[in-house]
Amino acid sequence: MTPEGDMTTVHARAATDSSDGHPRTRHTLLAEGLRLSYDRKEVVHGIDLQLPPGKVTMIIGPNGCGKSTTLRGLARLLDPSGGRVLLDGRDIGTLPNREVARVLGILPQHPVAPDGITVTDLVGRGRYPHQGWFRKWNAEDDEAVARALTVTNTAELAGRPVGSLSGGQRQRVWIAMALAQRTDLLLLDEPTTFLDLANQVELQDLLTDLNRRSGTTIAIVLHDLNLACRYADHLVCMKAGDIVAEGPPREVVTAETVSTVFGMRCDVLVDPVSGTPLIVPIGRHHTRDSESTS
Amino acid sequence: MTAAALDLARTRTRTRGRVRRVSVAGALTVAVLVVVALSLVVGAAVVSLPDVLSTLAGQGSRNTNYVVLELRLPRALAGVLVGIAFGLSGAVLQTLLHNPLASPDVIGISTGASAAAVLGIIGIGLSGPAVSGLALGGALLTALLMYAIAWRNGVSGYRLILVGIGLNSLLLSVISYFMTSARVTTAQDALLWISGSLSGRNWDQIVPLLVSLVVLVPVTLVLGRVLGMLGLGDDTARGLGVTVGRVRLGLVVAAVGLAGVATAATGPIAFIALLAGPIGRGPAKDGGPALVPSALVGALIVLVADVVAQHTPFLPNLPVGVLTGAIGAPYLLWQLARTNSGGQGG
Repeated sequence: MTPEGDMTTVHARAATDSSDGHPRTRHTLLAEGLRLSYDRKEVVHGIDLQLPPGKVTMIIGPNGCGKSTTLRGLARLLDPSGGRVLLDGRDIGTLPNREVARVLGILPQHPVAPDGITVTDLVGRGRYPHQGWFRKWNAEDDEAVARALTVTNTAELAGRPVGSLSGGQRQRVWIAMALAQRTDLLLLDEPTTFLDLANQVELQDLLTDLNRRSGTTIAIVLHDLNLACRYADHLVCMKAGDIVAEGPPREVVTAETVSTVFGMRCDVLVDPVSGTPLIVPIGRHHTRDSESTS
Repeated sequence: MTAAALDLARTRTRTRGRVRRVSVAGALTVAVLVVVALSLVVGAAVVSLPDVLSTLAGQGSRNTNYVVLELRLPRALAGVLVGIAFGLSGAVLQTLLHNPLASPDVIGISTGASAAAVLGIIGIGLSGPAVSGLALGGALLTALLMYAIAWRNGVSGYRLILVGIGLNSLLLSVISYFMTSARVTTAQDALLWISGSLSGRNWDQIVPLLVSLVVLVPVTLVLGRVLGMLGLGDDTARGLGVTVGRVRLGLVVAAVGLAGVATAATGPIAFIALLAGPIGRGPAKDGGPALVPSALVGALIVLVADVVAQHTPFLPNLPVGVLTGAIGAPYLLWQLARTNSGGQGG
C-alpha cells in the first residue's frame, strides 16, 4: 500500500462522509457582526470574518485582544451577544449540536483528560458525534481512530494512560482526537503552547499535511508570530476586540501593522527558509545601535 | 503501514476493556447474591440454605415463611436497592462535578430528605408513606435551592459543592431543633431519618422504591454514556456534540431522585454514596464513570454493613447507618486532606 493510495481512500471516505452524499462540497464558516461578551463585558465588538475554505487561517494579536474568544464564538462554545455565526449559511446556534460536531471540530486551549484514560480511549471519544444513542462502535470508527493515531504518530502510545505522557505527546493525542472526529472544519486554540520549538514545528507540519491532503479548513489561534506567518494562508490580526488587518501574511505583515497591533517596534525581514515575513522585535535593550533602527 | 496490526491491537485493547468490565460486574453481582443469601440464612435463628431456597420457592413452613419472607428478604432487598440508588447517585454526582466529595450525603441532598421527614413526623405529626413522599420532596427542594444559590451564569462544580456543604450544616441544625422539641416516642421514630436503618423495612417501603428505581436506573445509565464525555471538560464535550447543559440537568435530577427515593425508604445510610464510586471506579481505570460497578459496590457495602451491624456483639440493633458512618468518616477526612493538598480545595 503506497502512501498516495492511502490518501485516496481517505479522500474517498471523506467525500462519502459529507451529509448529502455528493462529491465533497466545502463547508463554510463565517461571522457576521459577531459580538461576544463575558459577564456582560463585551470582548469582541462586532467583527465580520470568513474562514477561507480549504485554507489555513491563523488569528494573532496581543494578550486579551479577543482572539481565543472569537474562536470560541465561531465554535458555538460561546453564544453571541450580537450578530451571528453562520455554518453553511445557517445560524450555528439553531443547528443541532451533534450535527455541527460532524462538520466542525474544536480543540480548546486547555482540554482535560479524565483520570486514568488511555490514549486509544481518548482518541475514540472523537467519534462521539458520529454515534447515535444506540449505535454501536463500528469498523469505520476503528478505522478513523487507527488513522488518527498513525497520522499523529501516536500509535505506539495507544495503550498508555494520557496522564503519563509528555506535553508534546499529549498535544498530539488531543490533535488525534480532533482528527478522529473527521470534520471538514477544524479550529484550534493555541495548540502549541507549552511545546518546545521542535514540537511546535512538527505540529504545524502535521496540520499543514491535514489541510493539503484532505482539504480541511483550519483556523488556529497562535502566539508565535513567525510560525503564524510561515504556516498561514490567511492571517487575521486582532486588537482590542476588533479585526485590524487580514489577508495573506506577505501582504498583511509590515512593521507598521505589527507595531499598531502589538504596540511594539520591529523589523520585518524575509524568512530565509520560507520567504514569508520574519518579525524581529526591537526592545529597549540589546539593539546593535538603538538610534538607527527603523 | 501497519494499519492491520494497529487495528488488531486496538480491537484487543477494547475487547480486553469489555471483558474486564463484564467480569468486574459479574464478580460484584455474585458477591451481592452471596451476601443476600448469607443474610437470609443467619440471624436470631439460623435457617439452612436449602430451607431458605424452598421457602423462596413457596414451599416453606409457617415459621420459615415468616422469618425469611417477612423479616429477612425485605430487609436484604431494601439493602440492595438503596445500595444501588446511593451508589449510582454518588458516582454520577462525583463524575459530574469532578470532585470525589460531591456525593449526595456530603452536599446535603440526603440531609434535605431527612430534614423534611423529621419536619413531617415531629412538626406535622405525619407517618407512613406521607413521610417518604416528604423526604423525596425535601431532597429535590434542597437540590433546587443549591442550584439557585450556586448559579452565576451557569454552575461550577466547585461552588455547588461548597454551597451544598453549607446547606448540609443548615439542615442538620434544623433536624437538631426538631429533635430537641420532640417527645421521646416520636423522637424514636424520627431517629431513623438521621442514622438510616434497614431494621423493620417491609414491602410498604420496598415497592415504591423498586418502582422508582425501575424508572431512574435505566435513565441514569443511558445518560451515563454521555457522562463520560463530560469528563473532557465542558468546551471539549460541547465541541464533540454533547448538549452539555441539558445532559447535566438530566443527570443531576436523576442523581437527586435516586438519593431522594433511597433516603425516603431507609433514611440516609451514611457515606454509601461517597464510598461506592471510588471503589467501583478502582478496577476499571478507563477514565469512565463506572456506574454499574459503583451501583453494585453500593449494594454490597450496605448488605455487608447490615449483616455486621446485626451481629455486632454488645450492640444489639445497631443501625446500619451508624456503622457505615464509622467506616466512611475516616475516608472523608482522608479525602478532604488529600484534595486540599492537591490544591483543589474541598
